[in-house]
Amino acid sequence: MQNTIYQKIWSQRVILNLIFLLLLAAPLFLSDFRLNLLGKFLAFAILAIGLDLLWGYTGVLSLGHGIFFGLGAYCMAMYLKLEATGGGLPDFMAWSGMSELPLIWIPFQYPIVAIILGILLPAIIAFMLGYLTFRNRISGVYFTILSQALVLVVVTLFVGSQNLTGGSSGLTNFNTFFGFSVNSATTQTAFYIITVIVLGLVFFLSRKLVKGRFGKILVGIRDGENRMRFLGYSPSAYKTFIYTLSAAIAGLAGMLFVLQVGIISPTMIGIIPSIEMVLWVALGGRGTLIGPVIGAVLVNAAKTGFSESYPDIWTYFLGLLFVLVVVFLPKGITGLFEKWNDRRKKQDVSSSVEVEKSYS
Amino acid sequence: MRKRNFFYLLILGLLAIFMVACSAADNAANATDPEEAAATEESDSNEESEEDTIKVGILHSLSGTMAISETSVQQAELLAIEEINEDGGVLGKQLEPVIEDGASDWPTFAEKANKLLQQDEVATIFGGWTSASRKAMLPVVEEHNGLLFYPVQYEGMEASPNIFYTGAAPNQQIVPAVDWLLENRGDSFFLLGSDYVFPRTANAAIRAQLDNEGAELVGEEYTPLGHTDYNTVIAKIKNENPDVIFNTLNGDSNVAFFKQLKDAGITSDDITVLSVSVAEEEIKGIGADVIEGHLTSWNYYQTTDTPENEEFVANYQEEYGEDAVTADPIEAGYFGVYLWAQAVEEAGTTDVDEVREAAKGISYEAPNGTVTIDGDNQHVYKTVRIGEVQSDGMISELWQTEEPVKPDPYLDEYDWASDLSESLAE
Amino acid sequence: MNEIILTLFNGVSLGSILLLIALGLAITFGLMNVINMAHGELIMIGAYITYVIQNIFINYAPPEYFDLYFIISIPVALVVAAGIGMLLEVSLIRHLYKRPLDSLLATWGVGLILQQTARSIFGAPNVGVTSPSFLSGGLEVGSLILPYSRLFILGLSIVCLFSIFYYFYRTASGRRVRAVMQNRQMAECLGVSTRKVDMLTFAIGSGFAGVAGCALTLLGAIGPTIGTSYIIDAFMVVVVGGVGALFGAVSGAFGIGILNTVFEYVTNATLGKVLIFIVIIAFLQWRPSGLVMSRSRSLD
Repeated sequence: MQNTIYQKIWSQRVILNLIFLLLLAAPLFLSDFRLNLLGKFLAFAILAIGLDLLWGYTGVLSLGHGIFFGLGAYCMAMYLKLEATGGGLPDFMAWSGMSELPLIWIPFQYPIVAIILGILLPAIIAFMLGYLTFRNRISGVYFTILSQALVLVVVTLFVGSQNLTGGSSGLTNFNTFFGFSVNSATTQTAFYIITVIVLGLVFFLSRKLVKGRFGKILVGIRDGENRMRFLGYSPSAYKTFIYTLSAAIAGLAGMLFVLQVGIISPTMIGIIPSIEMVLWVALGGRGTLIGPVIGAVLVNAAKTGFSESYPDIWTYFLGLLFVLVVVFLPKGITGLFEKWNDRRKKQDVSSSVEVEKSYS
Repeated sequence: MRKRNFFYLLILGLLAIFMVACSAADNAANATDPEEAAATEESDSNEESEEDTIKVGILHSLSGTMAISETSVQQAELLAIEEINEDGGVLGKQLEPVIEDGASDWPTFAEKANKLLQQDEVATIFGGWTSASRKAMLPVVEEHNGLLFYPVQYEGMEASPNIFYTGAAPNQQIVPAVDWLLENRGDSFFLLGSDYVFPRTANAAIRAQLDNEGAELVGEEYTPLGHTDYNTVIAKIKNENPDVIFNTLNGDSNVAFFKQLKDAGITSDDITVLSVSVAEEEIKGIGADVIEGHLTSWNYYQTTDTPENEEFVANYQEEYGEDAVTADPIEAGYFGVYLWAQAVEEAGTTDVDEVREAAKGISYEAPNGTVTIDGDNQHVYKTVRIGEVQSDGMISELWQTEEPVKPDPYLDEYDWASDLSESLAE
Repeated sequence: MNEIILTLFNGVSLGSILLLIALGLAITFGLMNVINMAHGELIMIGAYITYVIQNIFINYAPPEYFDLYFIISIPVALVVAAGIGMLLEVSLIRHLYKRPLDSLLATWGVGLILQQTARSIFGAPNVGVTSPSFLSGGLEVGSLILPYSRLFILGLSIVCLFSIFYYFYRTASGRRVRAVMQNRQMAECLGVSTRKVDMLTFAIGSGFAGVAGCALTLLGAIGPTIGTSYIIDAFMVVVVGGVGALFGAVSGAFGIGILNTVFEYVTNATLGKVLIFIVIIAFLQWRPSGLVMSRSRSLD
């Protein structure tokens, strides 16, 4: 009896909603600086969910999500930069000897266009690459390495075309967004709230996606691609779709990142951040949706915390963390709790448990 | 389903604890509740607080690719702080350095600068190396009205009221170097740089200058940051056979370039390479035998002959080992701390606006000579020195300006640069 | 004509460097399917060993023998890097053979730790290694100068390649390695200790990374982060060549090296780099398993 009441009150949905509400209420507890950090972590969490759809559910590991994140971020940053210059020429273009706004910057004068492109551009690039790659049945490690090559191409291009992208310095020094000052505490709180809401939406929709028949097919592809093929499904179509979707989510996350951090540069989209993104998912627990969120927040909080306390040697801790998690927690943190719960359940043999088992 | 729920519940609990803990920590730091803290943010809290130390932020890359250069600057700044503390501190208070790692990642620089200003409420930040890191910190220090002392030569075209630039402006390093080369080494130039903002902007200025002088530009090449194979670039250089290579490569690439240049049989007798990002410390990594005879342009060398420098080098080597070398950015980081301390003493407070006002025109006897802050653009007057690398890895001075040169970050004084700067004048 | 010969030589030279850094990876990644992101750091270790041995020679050996330090460094780098690789295999990689993508993540962490260790021991700035005098200068061919250091690396990569070839195809121990990599269960049934073989193979792969690091001191910087500038190139070489095919790596290395040099010569370094990676992406669409495909009947 007790268990059923407990179950009713603390059903997953209720708790998720509570977490969501608590995140929404965070501005009441946290200082501006900490709130800003949390907002950044949550933007990363959005990306991590997208990456997990691809890796955790479909079994395709991309080490190139930095560029989708970056494309979204740059789209937003280009708009913000044009806002800051009041439609004039950004400073770095002037140094590079440009006299008028280059063609590709012109659409970014309009915030709506910038936002749409911030999602669409990553999606289009992912679709093109995914379509070719998956149709040619490039999978596993080959795809992973290929995605790294893509990162190198994009980053080198971004750094190399200083007159268009600001080069290695990236884009920074923004003023306003839709007329609101981006640096004021109120706007930052608003950005934070937007980030939480977007995170909630992405989480909710992803949950819908993976709980249904579609999700089962994805897992089927992950666990036995050829069997799915023989059953008449087209794995490459599914993979392309998920890759595109996850790139779009990454672009979305990138836009939210720029709004809160106020800078985007190629260092944020290169090989190293792309690998770190995968680590968030791995650490949190792939194949669950809450896992990547926890992973993204936890790894970044750890990074910030370690480097604040031990600026000289914090990379030891970070390296060690990765090694330990991969070796001892192959399913990430969520896996740890599941294991622990399983053990607890075994000790606590009672009839109610058996009933539950038949449910799950 | 229950096990799942329990797990989610746990997350919820942890999250709640995390937030409460964070807000508690923030409160403890501010010793007020958040609203009040926001209200008092306007005025400088260090001034009012009863603490007997003044916090200063140190923000350099201690990890990642830039750590090879930045750790030494950090050491020099810590040395200066230590010396000041031994002499009784600033305003009778000891300086307390808060060290952060920028991790060679520009958004991290922005985040850490934010943390130093908002959470630690430091009186000033000493930090940065790359232009990108400075540009990342700029909006942060402007937004929170903080101070940043930036110790590295750079491409100019900037003068933030919240930044003091203790490295050279282009007219204190690049422009005189080109003049000197034209006079002494020939007039066909090859420009070689890493592909980022400093080389591209610097080379734009050099192109205008060469054009004005009627000199010949035979080639211009950029290589990606971290590039390791210079065979092809060297082949192109050989084809053009310039008198001078003006080198704005960054970091590791210099090592590869000079080693491979020597292997290709080109010595300083054939083609002179003048570098603006290679100092004593980089020479250690390149190998003195490889770069011997080539030139550099800086404001300071370890061999600079002043009594202050003798003391500085001795103290630096006592602290960091016999083999440690000093170099221009190290020295600029070092005297930046002293300049700030002097300005604070002058102002009688660490309040940013008053310190900025007091800093105008103050001078300090730095190891490179007398440095004076130019109140208009917050750069410093510095002596320019052209030097030649010796076989022991030291740089011997070939030429120096008679007196410290007035900083001119926008190159306003030069007619040929009018196109470069006018677009920025608005 | 001269230009063409020089570009070709430069391409071959770049190819030999790529081959040298990828050889170890062709073994650990190609044969064992371990994505060792710490491979770059093993290269770094090789470079630092050269630095240490150089310093020992400066301090303790008579100056006329100084040049010998480089000759001694190569085997020492091989042994030390192999030792560290062995340690890595026993303590970490062994647990991850069934999860190749996880090995990527764990070794990434190992790479971070090794970088920081190097920083703690040798300091963050780059250190300098003086090239031995017998490798300075170059061979004059007509009006061209072919640097001895580059010729040396070319020679070294060929020697390494042939010793690996000899080991794998002409010795009993090498045959066991191939047997294990091709059919682990069957090899085990026949009495091969797969554990020992794994350890040995990984050690050999790591050892050649050390040799590469040693050779690279002739051309580039020696610092804590040098590994990161080589690791991606190395992976590209192995993938283009075909995972599991030693000679694929050779063709991959020289193909990429020559094409890259030509691109760079015709355009510039940045564009050259972009073009070469675009070509790699396009190439893999055409030959998804690389130049030299290992035949297998298995589906997954």
